Amino acid sequence: MSIINLNIKNPVLSLKDLSVSYDGEKLAIKKINAEIKKNSITAIMGPSGCGKSTLLRALNRMHDLYPDIVTTGSVFLNGIDVVEMSNIDLRRKVGMVFQRPNPFPTMSIYDNVIAGYKLNGMKQKKSERDEIVEKSLRDVTLWNEVKDSLQKKGTFLSGGQQQRLCIARALAFQPSVILLDEPTSALDPIATAKVEELLLNLKKKYTIVLVTHNMAQAARVSNQSMFMYLGELVEYGKTKEMFTNPTDKKTEEYLTGKFG
Amino acid sequence: MMKLNLALNHKVGVEKNPRKVKNNIFTTLVIFFSVVTISPIILIISKLIIKGAKQINLSFFTETAPDTFVAMTAISNGEVIPGGILNGITGTLFMVIMAALIAIPIGILIGLYLYENPNKIYANIVRDIADILQGVPSIVLGLIAYIWIVKGLTNGYSALAGSISLSIMMLPLILRSTEETLKMIPISLKEAAIALGVPYHKVIFKVMIPTGFSGLSSGVLLAISRVIGETAPLMLTALGSSVVNYHLDKPTSAVPLLIWEFYNDPNMVNLIWSSSLFLLGFILTLNLLSKHIASKRKAN
Repeated sequence: MSIINLNIKNPVLSLKDLSVSYDGEKLAIKKINAEIKKNSITAIMGPSGCGKSTLLRALNRMHDLYPDIVTTGSVFLNGIDVVEMSNIDLRRKVGMVFQRPNPFPTMSIYDNVIAGYKLNGMKQKKSERDEIVEKSLRDVTLWNEVKDSLQKKGTFLSGGQQQRLCIARALAFQPSVILLDEPTSALDPIATAKVEELLLNLKKKYTIVLVTHNMAQAARVSNQSMFMYLGELVEYGKTKEMFTNPTDKKTEEYLTGKFG
Repeated sequence: MMKLNLALNHKVGVEKNPRKVKNNIFTTLVIFFSVVTISPIILIISKLIIKGAKQINLSFFTETAPDTFVAMTAISNGEVIPGGILNGITGTLFMVIMAALIAIPIGILIGLYLYENPNKIYANIVRDIADILQGVPSIVLGLIAYIWIVKGLTNGYSALAGSISLSIMMLPLILRSTEETLKMIPISLKEAAIALGVPYHKVIFKVMIPTGFSGLSSGVLLAISRVIGETAPLMLTALGSSVVNYHLDKPTSAVPLLIWEFYNDPNMVNLIWSSSLFLLGFILTLNLLSKHIASKRKAN
């Protein structure tokens, strides 16, 4: 593995010997060590099955949901081991957006944005709630499109709008990190462009980790890139340098389209 | 050369025709068998309407079943039989609602367990047993409820025994429909809630069940419409009664029981048709309602 010129000070996330196995034997990701820089976009790319999503989902302990999955090593969020945090604390600070837009179909747009508070039984005044909803929707540039139909079901929106709604749902908690798992793979090019533009705006306030299948997308939006192959972090560096001058042969082959 | 051409043309013509003939034969067969399939229900409904409609009036719903002498007098005078099936309607509703109250929570909880642990040995055993239970003849369930409840608990025929035999019939239906409904909900929805830090039990009760609500309710409605016409288990448990009863430990009437009683009384024949029409109408409505809910769910 090669890490070049990444003198990250005060990383938001740091991964120490992080390994995940789905069956307790074969490792899906192998001893990953990396640090994630604050207020920037870090892209994780690599061919299918290389462990990108597995790595991402280890960061907010999504793997806890499945008892068969074994995670070893540690992830530190602002210096605190995530294993020591409660689920709600961790996931308030680390939001997640999925591959396919998944707004709650039984809830209105308004309730979808505030779902994190509502489902956890956190009570606020209506004015506070209104403020959170408006701010989150403004952050994802959806406010003007939906402000007159906040009580409509979230599933009535178009795919791209739904995905932005899901980002707003994650932003409602004011997290410090947002994890995105191929957020544009189910979207058309115009909606994709909107989401990418949004990510560039969001990085001013949030730290973003983006799994992507799409090399061009990583090149367009990310500051740092990880290249993963067969569960290993092959190369991690500044995106510009990695795309122009990869140090590892596998990275070069992937970036030039020889496989993947 | 001419001959060859003619022969070729002929061949092409022959080749095309058998296809058309086959097509026509199959179209005719399909139409014929579809008519065969749907005609019984049309014939049944029309027969019931022709024979039963004249008995259906306000008192049919507000009065209990008449005495055989009253019915005989009315028939000899050429009048409509007075009285109705109120004791049957209330009894059916009472017992079915009790059965649903027993079967819905248990069925949904077991369905949830099966969904959460699809591959555990215990879950597989439960699933198989539920399938077997679905195939147990309803009269056998009636016998069991007779031994357990009528003999063992209420010391006599009772609404409770009837409800329990019906709830045992409903249980496998609700359980399997719950499991199937939950399986259809995309896993990403569950993960979305988990990613918001929501505790697991709240994910189930605030996200999964509301999302699958229409599926669950259409399953429950189907289960109700399956058992509402059951006669055999009720004969051994609820027995029947000539008055409206709301006591769990007393014999109770039900619409299908009344139909059986009317059948055994030559003076009451006219009421058989109207009661059957009412029962069929009720079940059809429930079925349509559950279909409507299910299709709405698909549209979402």
